Amino acid sequence: MRKLTILIAASSVLALAACKKNPPEVLPPVQPSTAPTMTPAPTPAPTQAGPVAGSQAHFANAMGGRDVIYFDTDQYNIDSQDAAALRTQAEYMLQYTNARATIEGHADERGTREYNLALGERRATAARNYLVSLGVPEARLRVVSYGEERPAVTASNEQAWARNRRAVTVMMQ
Amino acid sequence: MTIRSTLATLSCVLGPLLALPAAAQTLTLPGEELATVETAQEGVNVTVTAESWNDLGIAIPAFATNADVATPANSSGTGALGVELARVVFNDLRNNGLFRPVGPDSLPRPGYAQITSPAWPTWQGRSAEMLVHGYVRANPDGRLTVGCYLYDVALEDELVREGWVVTPAEWRRAAHKCADLVYSRLSGESPFFDSRIAYIAETGPKDNRIKRLAIMDSDGANHRFITNGQATALTPRYSPDYSRIAYLSYQDGNPRIYVYDIDSGRQTLVTESSNPTFAPRWSPDGRYLLYSMAIAGNTDIYRIPATGGTPQRLTSSPSIEVGGSFSPDGSQIVFESDQSGTQQCYIMNADGSNQRRISFFGGRCATPEWSPRGDQIAFTHIVGDFHIAVMDTRGQGMRTLTNGWQDEAPTWAPNGRIIQFFRSGRGNEDSAIWQVDLTGENERRLNTPLGASDPAWGPVLP
Repeated sequence: MRKLTILIAASSVLALAACKKNPPEVLPPVQPSTAPTMTPAPTPAPTQAGPVAGSQAHFANAMGGRDVIYFDTDQYNIDSQDAAALRTQAEYMLQYTNARATIEGHADERGTREYNLALGERRATAARNYLVSLGVPEARLRVVSYGEERPAVTASNEQAWARNRRAVTVMMQ
Repeated sequence: MTIRSTLATLSCVLGPLLALPAAAQTLTLPGEELATVETAQEGVNVTVTAESWNDLGIAIPAFATNADVATPANSSGTGALGVELARVVFNDLRNNGLFRPVGPDSLPRPGYAQITSPAWPTWQGRSAEMLVHGYVRANPDGRLTVGCYLYDVALEDELVREGWVVTPAEWRRAAHKCADLVYSRLSGESPFFDSRIAYIAETGPKDNRIKRLAIMDSDGANHRFITNGQATALTPRYSPDYSRIAYLSYQDGNPRIYVYDIDSGRQTLVTESSNPTFAPRWSPDGRYLLYSMAIAGNTDIYRIPATGGTPQRLTSSPSIEVGGSFSPDGSQIVFESDQSGTQQCYIMNADGSNQRRISFFGGRCATPEWSPRGDQIAFTHIVGDFHIAVMDTRGQGMRTLTNGWQDEAPTWAPNGRIIQFFRSGRGNEDSAIWQVDLTGENERRLNTPLGASDPAWGPVLP
């Protein structure tokens, strides 16, 4: 128990570092190939009526699940899996320069309500900061915390809580 | 402000009438002169310990009336209203595990003349130690006068009496005042029944739950929804004078604290900021509000005059500081912070100085609330499951009061003897408001029309 506490304390120090504006240690190589200026912007190709580029449907389709990142209990650090997902999100945002996104921060139900609001804010901000570090303009990103108010899964067990501790990137129309 | 004006009027009326002979054991009917009278009877001071409260039998027969008159409070007449009044007193005293009351539905009904001259043999034969008598009378001006008398049956003596003039809409308040009179006289504690609760009414599955701001009397009566549920509402707090409610709403898509004015129905942002604000708290004098605000992911506690103005930042660590509850004298604030790595409870001066951690037992300390008596702090103790616990203001003497799976967010009764909280169930179960006394032994669920969370108990009404 004590060991766990120490671990948590130590990792939250790390998490704090990740929360600052400076990019995380595991800074991914940003591909300048997707430089916004050069984007051919394949906006609604006059083919069949698929989801419009920059729309939520188009984004979710392109992400294939990587529009959500997950956190450990009380944590908000970006691990390598999160970083990979956020890289994919950033590439999308840089390709579709009209895209603007809201990052929703969530907590599981096993916390007190107000702390969870603060925690959700922390998580969403960590994701946003990472996207910004990859070159996504801050002005195109909005953050909102839902605390424990909007779980993805309503069961009350460890698996459900793990899926609810998350930051979700959603396109604004 | 109908309450305030009514009571102002009342004290004007009462002023000259206090000269009524205290030992009014004659058959003098409770007339105009009986609006409120403090009796000073020496030698019948009943001090009851917590252990013996449960055994104290109190008979509460129907309140009598001088003439059965239909009023807006009860169209069947003041006779039927007298039964209702006694039921409210009975339920107040019964539901808190403090006494062993017997209500009007199983007792003979006294006549009007007997209110000031009890039929002692009747009550002695029922082994009632205490007897509550009352009357209700419709006044020509449309208001009601309610009198309340507490007698010691063995001594055949009056312990205390009081009367109130109320509008018909406020008839239950008179009954709560009567219950408060009995409770205070017998327990030596401060009153608490005549008070209100703000909370969040909940319906629907957890991933699409409708949450509405609602208010009710301390016994659940006079329930009223304030918001319609279109925007999620959370964590209300009554201002100490009950004129406003500070609460969180997502009405513009972001979590923000609004201050809702009950009379006008209008609301304003607690502070003009694009940052999210949450966890509103009033100072005991109502002059200040605390709120928590996240800037770039970092949450700290701020204080702002309730009338608006420049906020003052009270905490500044890069960790989460949230919530806060003033000591009754307003000089200190207990709050929670995770600067140690987990949620723990801290105290600071009201200007943010002298911050220090007070919780050093196992587990986490969250949502601390300072008792109105000043000596205890209630909090959510997270040790795997969530329990309601209390400690003293140095973090010593921790005691666990509840044992649910997730019991959260304590709020104190105005007299600091009872704590309400909400209990969540697993999955899509509804949450409910529960209350427990400081012994931890008397726990009960409040009746609310829907699921319920985030209770906030206001002070005793003036």
